[in-house]
Amino acid sequence: MAETKYTEEHEWIRVEGDVGTIGITQYAQEQLGDVVFVDVPVAGRTVAKGEACAVVESVKAASDIYAPVGGEVVESNAALADTPGDVNAEPTGKGWFFKLKLSDKGELAGLMDEAAYEAFVKSLG
Amino acid sequence: MTEPTAGPLKRTPLYDLHRELGARLVPFAGYEMPVQYPTGILVEHNHTRTACGLFDVSHMGQVRLTAKPGQNAAKAMETLVPGDIAGLQPGQQRYTQFTNDAGGILDDLMVTNAGDHLLVVVNAACKDADLAHMQKHLSETCEVEPMFSRGLLALQGPQASAVLSRLVPQVATMKFMTGAYVVIDGARCYVTRSGYTGGDGYEISTPAEQTDAIARTLLGHPEVKPIGLGARDSLRLEAGLCLYGHDIDTTTTPVEAVLLWSIGKERRVQGGFPGAAVVQKQIAEGSTRKRVGLLPEGKAIAREGAEIVIDGKTVGIVTSGGFSPTLGRAIAMGYVERSQSANGTKVDLMVRGKPVPAEIVPMPFVKHTYYRG
Repeated sequence: MAETKYTEEHEWIRVEGDVGTIGITQYAQEQLGDVVFVDVPVAGRTVAKGEACAVVESVKAASDIYAPVGGEVVESNAALADTPGDVNAEPTGKGWFFKLKLSDKGELAGLMDEAAYEAFVKSLG
Repeated sequence: MTEPTAGPLKRTPLYDLHRELGARLVPFAGYEMPVQYPTGILVEHNHTRTACGLFDVSHMGQVRLTAKPGQNAAKAMETLVPGDIAGLQPGQQRYTQFTNDAGGILDDLMVTNAGDHLLVVVNAACKDADLAHMQKHLSETCEVEPMFSRGLLALQGPQASAVLSRLVPQVATMKFMTGAYVVIDGARCYVTRSGYTGGDGYEISTPAEQTDAIARTLLGHPEVKPIGLGARDSLRLEAGLCLYGHDIDTTTTPVEAVLLWSIGKERRVQGGFPGAAVVQKQIAEGSTRKRVGLLPEGKAIAREGAEIVIDGKTVGIVTSGGFSPTLGRAIAMGYVERSQSANGTKVDLMVRGKPVPAEIVPMPFVKHTYYRG
């Protein structure tokens, strides 16, 4: 069964088996505004938890995306090169960034579940 | 777009309107300003290019200079700027710069001959320093009168003329870089045909207490939508226009910034402005670096601070970069060594440690569409 967790940097990770799909949340895309370019990591790259591994460019600014957990990149969303606006339109769907094969599922325990993340966003005002 | 500020943020006369319209407000030059409205920067940008956008630029500094008896305000102003101010006919406006003794740019500004006085518009972040500068150097010859509480609205886009001429018929035939006193909704305003988008449009100086009503009147026209500072920046970048503090500052001269067109021919020869000797030497011999347009090949965006590299050697730096909604691609401007500044020169822009191939190109990126009659 898929399980979705969230970070304080407003990434989500949806885990099925030992592979997690990563993207940014609705709150994050609203804050960024119109996304015009996404730089995603190449398959085969190993990333550590908290490592900056993707960049999302809005009209205003570039923002780093951090790996919610460590692992090896197994796939990145090539379609974003042509349709970066998917990140705004469907941040938790077509606008996903990359998939990781998790190196330590135990790292998920440090992330927020949906209720905790919603409370966190509310606390930001 | 945000900057650190000291003390409480100031508000323009349109603060309540921005809140009502759902703007995202950010600190900018000491003011709480709308960076965008709910439709977002891309829609706002494209609306300004195709219809008409209303910008609140009331944070900018407006100053009136009136000559004291027996004095000449334009001649006095020319001791601080290299532009031909004395040659402005009544109703004519000009773009110029305050320079320092090294020829560096303290600020860039608009000066209009409004008949018996000059109207000056300076950047928000520099306005206190600019006012002190003018008071220090011009008080003997001029009344230097800050009008920092007045409103300033920019109405920009191909339909701006149709909209504003419904309220003030005479603005339809005004030419680019001219101004006039007009009455809008019973308020005495000063309108110039100018702007910061590269397109047709007006800037309207309004009495503080009538700014909100005039803005609401303009927004009542179906072509007009409110536009924030985010789109203001992407529009001016497409137009190849400098942003003070980024593309020009105290370390860049008007020659390096390729603003020589704004210096009067006689003034180039006669000097008489701060740093004239430096500027004249650069005119004669060329500056060591110059501002250029940059067109990256791919989709990556090179922003301010990205190094410009040729064959592994750094030859310059990006001073503004972003996404051009009109062109659907990244654009940038920056400074390079003059020997490497020819159009067509291939360079790499270093973005997050990776070279992004780019070419030096002429500006503007999007053709200017000023109304010249």
